[in-house]
Amino acid sequence: MRNVAWKWGGGSVAILVAIVIFIVPFTFIVFTAGKTQAEASFLEFTWPTEWVLFENIATVLQNRDWLLVRAFVNSTLLTVGAVSIMVVLGAMVGYVLQRRKSRWNPVVNTLVLAGLIIPPAVVPTIWVLQGLGLFKTLVGLIAVHVAFGLSFCILLFRAFVATIPRELDEAAVIDGAGPVKLFFRVIFPLLRSVIVTVIVVQAVFVFSDFTYALYFLPGDANATVQLTTFNYISQSASAFNLLFADVLLITIPPLIMYIFFQRQIVAGMTSGAVKG
Amino acid sequence: MVPRTTRRSIVALGAGGLALSLALAGCSAGDSDSDGGAVELSFLVDNGESTVSTAEALAEAFTAENPDITITVETRPQGADGDNVVKTRLATGEMADLFQYNSGSLLQALNPDQTLVNIADEPYIDKLDENFVTSVATDNGVYGVPMGQSMAGAMLYNKDIYADLGLEIPESWDEFIANSEAIKEAGVAAPIVQTYGDTWTSQLFVLGDFNNVLAENPDWAEEYTNNEAKYVDQPAFAGFEHLQAAYDAGLFNEDFASATYADGVSMVATGEGAHYPMLTFAASQLATTNPEATDTVGSFPIPGDDASTFGLTVWMPTYTVFVPQSTEGAKLDAAKQFLEFLTTPEACDIQAEANAPQGPFVVEGCSLPDDVPAMVSDLQQYFDAGQTNLALEFLSPIKGPALEQITVAVGSGITSAADGAAQYDEDVKKQAQQLGIEGW
Amino acid sequence: MTTATATGRTATGRTATSPPKPAKRKPMKSPYPSWFFIPAGVFYVVLFLVPTVASFYFSLTRWTLFDVEFIGFDNFIRFFQEPQLVTGFINTFIYAFLTSGAKVVLGLLFGVLLSSQIIGRGFLRATIFFPVLVSTIGVGILFKVLMDPFDGPINETLAAIGIQGPGWLTDPSIALLSVALVDIWKGVGLATLIYIAGMVAIPQEYYEAAKVDGAGAWNNFRHITLPLLRPATVTVVLLSLIGGLRSFDLIWAMTGGGPGFTSDVLASVIYKQYQAGFFGLSTAGNVVLFLVVAAIIFPLSWWLNRKEADQ
Repeated sequence: MRNVAWKWGGGSVAILVAIVIFIVPFTFIVFTAGKTQAEASFLEFTWPTEWVLFENIATVLQNRDWLLVRAFVNSTLLTVGAVSIMVVLGAMVGYVLQRRKSRWNPVVNTLVLAGLIIPPAVVPTIWVLQGLGLFKTLVGLIAVHVAFGLSFCILLFRAFVATIPRELDEAAVIDGAGPVKLFFRVIFPLLRSVIVTVIVVQAVFVFSDFTYALYFLPGDANATVQLTTFNYISQSASAFNLLFADVLLITIPPLIMYIFFQRQIVAGMTSGAVKG
Repeated sequence: MVPRTTRRSIVALGAGGLALSLALAGCSAGDSDSDGGAVELSFLVDNGESTVSTAEALAEAFTAENPDITITVETRPQGADGDNVVKTRLATGEMADLFQYNSGSLLQALNPDQTLVNIADEPYIDKLDENFVTSVATDNGVYGVPMGQSMAGAMLYNKDIYADLGLEIPESWDEFIANSEAIKEAGVAAPIVQTYGDTWTSQLFVLGDFNNVLAENPDWAEEYTNNEAKYVDQPAFAGFEHLQAAYDAGLFNEDFASATYADGVSMVATGEGAHYPMLTFAASQLATTNPEATDTVGSFPIPGDDASTFGLTVWMPTYTVFVPQSTEGAKLDAAKQFLEFLTTPEACDIQAEANAPQGPFVVEGCSLPDDVPAMVSDLQQYFDAGQTNLALEFLSPIKGPALEQITVAVGSGITSAADGAAQYDEDVKKQAQQLGIEGW
Repeated sequence: MTTATATGRTATGRTATSPPKPAKRKPMKSPYPSWFFIPAGVFYVVLFLVPTVASFYFSLTRWTLFDVEFIGFDNFIRFFQEPQLVTGFINTFIYAFLTSGAKVVLGLLFGVLLSSQIIGRGFLRATIFFPVLVSTIGVGILFKVLMDPFDGPINETLAAIGIQGPGWLTDPSIALLSVALVDIWKGVGLATLIYIAGMVAIPQEYYEAAKVDGAGAWNNFRHITLPLLRPATVTVVLLSLIGGLRSFDLIWAMTGGGPGFTSDVLASVIYKQYQAGFFGLSTAGNVVLFLVVAAIIFPLSWWLNRKEADQ
């Protein structure tokens, strides 16, 4: 009885609230993206007098010689590369950090928190990259993202490894599994929903970042998607219609990815966690 | 620095203007075919739509004349991020072969003597307006060539309102306030438009008043650089004072705190607002949003207390092209050829076509097309009469970074003019110390 | 590090190979080998730690990127004389505690709600996450429009029911709070996601056992869900608090620290110095900010983890 009331009642209320708080702003983005530049420049929440959404999208796509398409390729490579390295390395550290008490732990913990707190130092980082011959390369930018993102991964993994019973480790060790096999074959698969969470969160960070791309990977050939939004903001005459068309274009693909991935997070949850 | 956005060029800044036409003798063209190898140059510009299109048009025209040199345009953001990208790339030796940046105090922060190629001995420098050359020079060299026009910090106004109410162009602050009160009385429009939704627009009362400061004290800029002249004292205090007076008199538009620059321009265009202190690069915004009003929106200099000092505060082209020292050999030769190309009338025409002109060119032999917007043509008389002075940022390397927040606070009644001016003096002091200028 | 071990091995020679090996291997037998730290450590040390330590040096200099001049602690003195510093400190704390508190509470609420059997679950999960994906610049412009005091939809809606809406972003007394609201709007999706992951990690057996005992929904939540969500809570608290103390990008996009300086936080004061080209000064500011954040986060993290160990 209560289940049904909760399912429909709670659901309907939540949907209603979501529409007001989250969908209304979204419609503003669509409206503005559908306006002409002159109309959009007044930034009003109104129905466009003339819909030019597809023209705007076409303009944004073709602008600067299909820059956005190149940027999508770059951002995808960057996100996939950085996030996969981060997840594996971060999980390794988080796992050992949680499982083993050693005198190094306080040091590592401190460094992890420091990594979250201290903002990256741009110019010295460029010097290091130049020294390694990685400046202005995608590999270099991936490495930078890995370095800056590791702390977050470690923190999350350390917290969630605690939920995996130690008995599993012990059983695997008795079965003769070495540390590498234990981790990659036993622990890593069990971390699935955390891994997907970390992937989603970090992919969002890497994908939405523009500062690092701006400084560590200059040049149009290397542009990432967030940098393309800058093309439509200027002090003398901003093109808000194109800006929001661009925002739409670069937000929808990750949103679809998210919808796909979040199913993976809850895949382990067969019947719903709270039966209430 | 107020604007970081526009381009265009200049005719002559009053008397001090056009330099010698002699020295150009033998050095115009023809020294291109040195080694015959193809050269590829990269050219970093800000990502304003008009900047990019102008730069690409210039690059294309240049390559048409010099087939063995191709120029690829790269972009960076505008504003502070853009400044820092330029600085970072220069400091790490990774700058493009050519780049566009501001002249004046922003240029000085790039340490031009150490980072840029000195072009003082190039023949085409003589074709540039003297004031412009000052704005791209240090004691040791000259570094840039304009890609755009000069402009003015002026009072944009709606001509229809002035005609309907029978108002005259005010030449002193009191006359200006009298006009504004009359407009308020008539209830037809907001007398003065302010748009603090875009904070940078708040600085015009102070920065645009500089002509009047210099008219009172011609040495003010130098004294200011030497830590002798202050904003808390007259004549410079007047700018802050006027801002507060206008707020106190209730002359601003109702939504001044949230309105944006685009709102401001179209308010003057549609007659919702009567005056809007702004830089004349607003011509390009006007052409985008209210093209029908290019003849309705006029301009006059921002008046000071004394009608006898009435005149324009002028900004040098904010878009200037520089060559970094990391450009060498054949690329350097090619880059210099491009700079020379920028000083030809042909290049000026390309610029005038790509964007609504905002003021006179600063290159000899360049002239504006006939159909310039009224807000630009209205100002020609002051240039012709020599009633102009450069803005402070071209005469002193020091400009406090917090001015726009301070003027918003004064213009919103949060801070008094006296406190605002004092805060700004502190801000200037901080800037001067950071720049390591002597005497601070 | 790997190279060091390799050379070490060749240097000690082949003769010694077999005796020390078993001795060394004993501790290596641990199923949790220390070398798991090394790959991550290389990235961290080379690209984060080294540049960071280098930048600390620059906080003691006047640094224009082109010239460096050592000036001792002048930057720190200058930084503490910033006129906006006191407001900045107060605002930073208000902003950080408000946003992180709301993200924890709302994230928990939504996390539990969206893990339960309600209609439209997938839709709701996507909707709540959508703001996380929109660029900060876009969000800034968006809410400047929605919160416009005159023709913004929020105030127009309020006016329709007879309430005179405030100048959300233009009234100095509430501008910061308005930005904090938007920050919560933008960030709650992330907190929710972490809580959903936490819910998934709770073994079903607990609930089944509780069911046998006849426990109600509230008891389930109070005695099973909440304690077992601890890892998720610790993560959300730490991340959102650090984020709140350090954040300025949304403030920058929406008010620029204004009107005037009224919504400035520490990080935006530092960002403005950086913008102005005061690189040494802003680095000094970052050191101060780091110390402030560390003074809050380290004890908190220690306390949270201690409780975890107790259990």
